[in-house]
Amino acid sequence: MIERLNSIKQEILDGIENHANSRATAFELRKQFLDSKTGKIGQLMKEMKNIAPEERANFGKSVNELKDWASSVFADLDEKMKAKELELKYKAEKIDVTIDADSEETGNLHPITQMRNQLIDVFAGMGFEIFEGTEIENDYYNFTALNTPADHPARDMQDTFYLSPEFLLRTQTSAGQIHVMEKEKPPIKILSPGKVFRSDDDATHSPMFTQMEGLVVDKKITLCDLKGMLDMFVQKIYGEETTTRLRPSYFPFTEPSVEVDVSCFECGGKGCKLCKGTGWIEILGAGIVNKKVLENCGIDSEEYSGLAFGIGIERVAMLKYGINNIKHLFESDINVLNQINDN
Amino acid sequence: MLLPLSWLKEYVDIDDVTPKELEEKLFSCGFEVEELIDLGKDVSNVVVGLVTECEPIPDTHLHVCQVDAGEHGTFQICCGADNVRKGGKFPVALVGATVYATAKDHKTIEGVMTIKKGKLRGIESEGMLCSGVEIGVNENMYPGGDYCGLLEFPEDTPIGVDVKPIVGLDDYIFDVGITANRPDCQCITGLAREVAAVLNKEYKAPSLEYTMDSVTKDQFTVEVKAQDICPRYIGHYVHDVEIKESPLWMKRRLNLVGLDAISNIVDITNYVMLEMGQPMHAFDWNYIEGDKIVVRRAEDKEKIVTLDEQEYELNNNNLVICDGVKSVAIAGVMGGLNSEIRDTTTEVLFESAKFARDSIRKTSRALGKRTDASAKYEKGVDEYSTVNAMKRALHLVEELGCGKISSTHVDCNTGNSTEPREMVVSINKVNNVLGIEVPTEDIVRIMKNLDFNPVINGDELKLMIPAYREDMEDYPDVAEEVIRMYGYDHIISSFLPEAQVTMGGLNPRQKKELKLKRDLCSVGAYECIHYSFISPNDFNTLNLPDDAKERQAIRILNPINEDLSVMRTTLVPSMLNAISRNQKKANLQGKLFEVGNKFIAKSLPLTEYPDEVPTICIGIWGAKYDFYTLKSMANKVADTFFTEFKYVPCKKSFLHPYQAAAIMLGDVEIGFLGKVAYEVAEKLDLREDAYVCEIDMNTLMNLDTKASYTPLSKFADANRDLALLMNKDITCGQVEDVIKKSCKFIKNIKLFDVYEGKNIPEDKKSLAFSINFVPGEEEFEADAVDRFVKKILKNLKNDLDVDIRS
Repeated sequence: MIERLNSIKQEILDGIENHANSRATAFELRKQFLDSKTGKIGQLMKEMKNIAPEERANFGKSVNELKDWASSVFADLDEKMKAKELELKYKAEKIDVTIDADSEETGNLHPITQMRNQLIDVFAGMGFEIFEGTEIENDYYNFTALNTPADHPARDMQDTFYLSPEFLLRTQTSAGQIHVMEKEKPPIKILSPGKVFRSDDDATHSPMFTQMEGLVVDKKITLCDLKGMLDMFVQKIYGEETTTRLRPSYFPFTEPSVEVDVSCFECGGKGCKLCKGTGWIEILGAGIVNKKVLENCGIDSEEYSGLAFGIGIERVAMLKYGINNIKHLFESDINVLNQINDN
Repeated sequence: MLLPLSWLKEYVDIDDVTPKELEEKLFSCGFEVEELIDLGKDVSNVVVGLVTECEPIPDTHLHVCQVDAGEHGTFQICCGADNVRKGGKFPVALVGATVYATAKDHKTIEGVMTIKKGKLRGIESEGMLCSGVEIGVNENMYPGGDYCGLLEFPEDTPIGVDVKPIVGLDDYIFDVGITANRPDCQCITGLAREVAAVLNKEYKAPSLEYTMDSVTKDQFTVEVKAQDICPRYIGHYVHDVEIKESPLWMKRRLNLVGLDAISNIVDITNYVMLEMGQPMHAFDWNYIEGDKIVVRRAEDKEKIVTLDEQEYELNNNNLVICDGVKSVAIAGVMGGLNSEIRDTTTEVLFESAKFARDSIRKTSRALGKRTDASAKYEKGVDEYSTVNAMKRALHLVEELGCGKISSTHVDCNTGNSTEPREMVVSINKVNNVLGIEVPTEDIVRIMKNLDFNPVINGDELKLMIPAYREDMEDYPDVAEEVIRMYGYDHIISSFLPEAQVTMGGLNPRQKKELKLKRDLCSVGAYECIHYSFISPNDFNTLNLPDDAKERQAIRILNPINEDLSVMRTTLVPSMLNAISRNQKKANLQGKLFEVGNKFIAKSLPLTEYPDEVPTICIGIWGAKYDFYTLKSMANKVADTFFTEFKYVPCKKSFLHPYQAAAIMLGDVEIGFLGKVAYEVAEKLDLREDAYVCEIDMNTLMNLDTKASYTPLSKFADANRDLALLMNKDITCGQVEDVIKKSCKFIKNIKLFDVYEGKNIPEDKKSLAFSINFVPGEEEFEADAVDRFVKKILKNLKNDLDVDIRS
């Protein structure tokens, strides 16, 4: 009897050795031996009646041992086959991961809009409301109210697009601020982004560009506040290390007026191609609001003072992203627009 | 404005300041040096050499010379110049020196060259003897500078010394930017005053002294008929004039700022203009008829020939200077040919006048004639300079000995005083503008340096403002003067310590616009920005009829060119042009959108603000896209505003007749979309089909819809498919509308098949829809959906004569 058991054992081992090459064949093999009805090991139990009664206990024990052994062998075999099959499956699905992916295309906001949003985020955090004026303005709001006298060169037909003797395309977003100051009482903190127009068209000028003008009117506003606000702005846009430098300039609507330079964010101020070796880059004009402008809007210049600054968004964006020609911004070439995704 | 260092030094003692330091000082007080020109930067290692031997080389024009260059040694140099001679002293460029290379004419500079050891006709040559041109010198800088042979130095010139100081190449020219509020600094003395102030040095004013003799022209009068644009006119008669060349120092200075020396009298007028900022003119007295000068507006079509022999036709806007008979100058722009200074001139009338800046600017622009004088007048001339310039010119006449100063001096004055005016400001207010406390002694020092004669009395600062500082009006101006001299680096950052807190950020409308843009990006479109003005021809490109409302566009009176001359009434032309440009660059597929204004005039010409209508424009092109791609994007716009659009077939001159639809919001038409018509595409050279959509954003912005949630139904939904048979001209939208209105439980209707052909009548088509019914608060009853379908079919039959397909 023991021989039978041993031969079955050998049969199992041979079967595994020679036939089991997949989970399915392994399962078939297992069935031959372990199927509760037809399996060879089960069949052994049916022969119990032919065994001498005194050997029955021993025989039963041996058969059970064989059954346990076989179960465990087949379980191991199944594990092995499973692993082998997975490995084959993986191999069959081998791909070249360096092949370029087809991406679902999403568009971008225009670089000017992206820059505009970044600036708005910075100044909104400082309490600025956003006010967009109209592109077509009249002479009073664009010039007279802004202390630009009738014989000022900026009013020349050469610079301003006129639509009628009275109406024109605004040359500066400051125009809109007069409307706000006429309607609202201080404290005023507004940021006016928008398109402005000047009769310039060459390699570095576009007849339409985008300005963002900031205005604060409150009590005791000083040049130090202007510097503080602009320092914070350049640090958010160009990095924490950036500083500003003020130097005298002239705008009719501010007095004193300053040009504001930022320390070169390319070289950190050491001097490079971008800053033309000076360590500084001119980015905006600013100043203390001319008291005549406040008075033109019915604001008491003895009680209130203001600061104002004007940023050319194209310039800030071109510097930040290294765009080398302002015209590229208005040509709508997809190959330009798809490069900048910074929002 | 050009400022030569050597000239500046006449008025301020700045030998202890390097050009670089001066540049920084000017920059800090508001005068940006746009360029610092080192006159001698290209010339190096050129010294004075004495020719000790000079032998001709046979059969050539060359000489072989021994040149003693003092401490540098003695060199053998071959020289081809015709004036080389033994005993002569010439500039010698040593081996390694840099000088200008000239063309064969010995005059045209072709670049900079480095002198090397060489051989000429087999004879060694160590260095080069130079002409004036080769070291960058001309006749106005040093005598003989223009001669095409060697530049020759006087016998007493020490040998071996650098030639640059001798010929004036050790000079610098500052190209200074002057802001519009400081016309008083458009001259050498104006900047000298600033330099003296910022360096704490004394300003030495040029001499204005002269002596008049007893000669007079008693009948001479000046009449100013246009006082509004000529507030001051001064004339002075000078006799016994001898026209000669100006002295070298004057020619040299004129030359440094790019003016040609002409003759002593003319050079004096130019010199004074540069020095004092006041344009001047000199008339030949012999050609002034009627013993008078009249300043008046020109008559219409009045003609004048100017010094440069150009004839101009004038009008009433132009100011002219006339004698008793004829016009002799266009005021502030250029003198007339008829009275110009000639070699034979013996009597002169000098003019120093103030003309209104916008009058001169308009005349100069209208005639297309910009001169140094008109440029100065455009920026503004003050009367202090008008008066002093005349004195200075007369002083120079005396100094140069080129004429005698008569006692005939006529001054027509309706303008400002030339005396300092008093101004009192509060020191506290000055400091409040700055935000820092500037020590009073510094304020006083700065005011003194600016010649404002400060007197302090408690908080009160009394100033006497010189007449040339017309920009000084109030305490903010004083604050600016203080801080630009005290230094902007004293300004320290603060953040509105006294101000009230304000709420910032985008308003709801601005937020919606940004959301719309982001949503359109999410479906693959790139935002673009186009000019607000377009070409009137764009309306022709769109085949718009003559009476189309789009053609009622606002015109720019002074456009850059015709292509940018009307304000857009639709965003479509800019978009189509963008698509065309992209296709030309081989971008054969793409999606673009723009959010911008169109401009609708309430009346033309404009008498009130026009409507600026915020508008969305979408353009797509490429083989992969069709009408429905664009429609899905339009639906995205609807989604953004939490609404739905309906689409009704429509006709537009620039759209495909059968692939165009009006976009309806309720009963209001708010836009359109469609395929670009082939005729239009051809005009734009489009290679791929394009589709364009325009939607008025105002109506959408005014909707009060907002994001909301519908609870999911607890009960099972039901689907039914219906194949319907109908006339061919019935649209999917019509069928969907009827289905939709037939049952309130319909959540979704989807067309899944369109069929025409076999098995159905020829004039019919079949549309198959999948309809999704979603129950509300209660479960559908067993036969509910069947009842819904029955009602739908009944309505379809009644409204559209649609049958179920069996």
